[in-house]
Amino acid sequence: MQTVNDAEEQLKFDQRIIDEQKIEPTDWMPDAYRQNLIRQMSQHAHSEVIGMQPEGNWITRAPTLRRKAVLLSKVQDEAGHGLYLYSATESLGITRSDLIEALQSGTAKYASIFNYPTLTWADMGAIGWLVDGAAIVNQISLQRTSYGPYARAMVRICKEESFHQRQGYEIMTVLAKGSAEQKQMAQDAMNRNWWPSLMMFGPHDSDSAHSGKSMKWKIKRVSNDQLRQKFIDQTVPQIEELGLDMPDPELKWNEERGSYDSGEINWEEFYQVINGSGPCNYQRIKHHKKAHKEGEWVREAVRAYQEKQNAKKQTNVA
Amino acid sequence: MKKEKSINQEHLSVYEVFIRSNRGLDHKHVGSLHAESPEHALMYARDCYLRRSEGVSVWVVNAKDITASQEEDIANFIDPMDDKPYRHATHYVLPDNVTNM
Amino acid sequence: MKDNQQNLIRFLIGLGDDSVVLSHRLSEWCSNGPYLEEDIALSNIALDYIGRARMFYQYAAELEGDKRTEDDIAFLRNEREYTNLLIHELPINDFAFTMVRQYFLDVYYCQYLLQLCESTDERIAAIAAKAVKESRYHLKRSKPWIKQLAEGTDESRERVQLALDELENFVGELFLMEEWETQLANDKLVVDRKTLEANWNSEVQSFLAESDMKFPDSKIQIRGGRNGIHTEHLGHMLSEMQYLQRSMPGLEW
Repeated sequence: MQTVNDAEEQLKFDQRIIDEQKIEPTDWMPDAYRQNLIRQMSQHAHSEVIGMQPEGNWITRAPTLRRKAVLLSKVQDEAGHGLYLYSATESLGITRSDLIEALQSGTAKYASIFNYPTLTWADMGAIGWLVDGAAIVNQISLQRTSYGPYARAMVRICKEESFHQRQGYEIMTVLAKGSAEQKQMAQDAMNRNWWPSLMMFGPHDSDSAHSGKSMKWKIKRVSNDQLRQKFIDQTVPQIEELGLDMPDPELKWNEERGSYDSGEINWEEFYQVINGSGPCNYQRIKHHKKAHKEGEWVREAVRAYQEKQNAKKQTNVA
Repeated sequence: MKKEKSINQEHLSVYEVFIRSNRGLDHKHVGSLHAESPEHALMYARDCYLRRSEGVSVWVVNAKDITASQEEDIANFIDPMDDKPYRHATHYVLPDNVTNM
Repeated sequence: MKDNQQNLIRFLIGLGDDSVVLSHRLSEWCSNGPYLEEDIALSNIALDYIGRARMFYQYAAELEGDKRTEDDIAFLRNEREYTNLLIHELPINDFAFTMVRQYFLDVYYCQYLLQLCESTDERIAAIAAKAVKESRYHLKRSKPWIKQLAEGTDESRERVQLALDELENFVGELFLMEEWETQLANDKLVVDRKTLEANWNSEVQSFLAESDMKFPDSKIQIRGGRNGIHTEHLGHMLSEMQYLQRSMPGLEW
């Protein structure tokens, strides 16, 4: 039930949103706004953390020392970004433990792209270039999101991620200009990652369950379809530059719209993967649970040690 | 419901991290992290928030030790400061030909 | 003089191998740490060691007259040609083993690199000066970990003990000198590692004693790393690490 006080606060909140003021953690906010943020931000955080796995898959097999250092620092950045986002989400009054529990039990989602396998080294190129590229398009728009801690985390993440996309494109460039086998590897990785990258922007605006409210509250600033189009338009010339075949035969410049037309996403696959039946869903969560479980004795030891230290301090005081 | 033990990491405290990006500037809040002690928090802050040499000095503060203004009281807390325009230089009218003041 | 040059190259590649092998092991923790903060911290240490490996290999490659690159050295030599000290190549096992090994090596490198800063070879001295700062930080991290694990729960203490038991056999090699290396040490190009052993033992033993744990002066000395005699673990590591360069040779990556 809404009290008179809540009604007043609601007006203040609405005005802040209209005035493009940020909402900060201690401000009153409608419960639905808070829940919506927790859902979106934790999903974003989980994506960073689960996203460590497909790329982590190649750290020990990177073909040069430089590539190994770059890849390791990129995956490490993703852990860092997961941390920034968990930290920002915690400001909404939920603990990281709760968030991790939601991830492991399947109630919280993460970006579906990470449920596809990284089969060859070229996937490291395609992921950096396409997946991080798509993420950056989305994250740039989120720098203007209405929740202060989220917006600030996005600013920091965007600054750091610019190297992620470039290192990916650099890998693709070397492969595309390399041996026939390498070029084939690059083409294959691009083809496999293209559609899942487009899916990262979510369903069409007309089918998006959360979009309406998120736009109204200025959590989301640009619609799924607009962001997707922006990504396609900026990426097609990059494919041409690589000299690879287009991953979608229907990609065609539309003079009238000033944009590229493209084929339709396989939405059945999209929902199948989201709902848990992608090639790697089971593996990713299993890995996360296993690492977490194996760390349990370490966390227990830390706890026990701290308790002993505290007890010592207290006896010293007494 | 009791939380599953394997998930729990709540014995780690939340620390807020502040970084001075350059000599001469203020320490600025950049985020938080979980750590078992202030010493660990400082080291993690280095690894988590200074990977690109973003600063020359770091503070970590246990979030529990921060006393913050309360939003429900914010009107009483802040508003009375609003009616003292004489604290601001723009409050005073100077003759047109007086500059540099 | 020519001999010395050959020995110096051999020395540099040995140190590069130590670093590349350990960085590989540490990087295996990525996405497997007990929590996110520790994951990030371990990756930073791995990155420090990759950086070291590259500096040593690059210098070795230059001295060889640029016949091969740092990557040729890392990815195109087999088990018998790798010359790392064995402690670096042991599998990560559990977190206790990883941290105890790290602590042992951190103590070792802090002492070793500090002396290597005095090398009459300026390039080596410069690499050591950079690396010793890294190791000082690593030690600052590994020490409290050992304390917490040793004094935490029964289980964590037992795991630390198991790590100590396993490592007992591999520490001695850190302080064994080959003849050719002694020659370099006599010319003040490198450090006589034998001279570090007593200090290392006393520092480690007194630190472990604070937690009521013991580590003996090492008697058993499994050796062979610098001569390409390894544990069985290295071959598996190299087959994973070198697979792309080996299966598609001679390409740019």
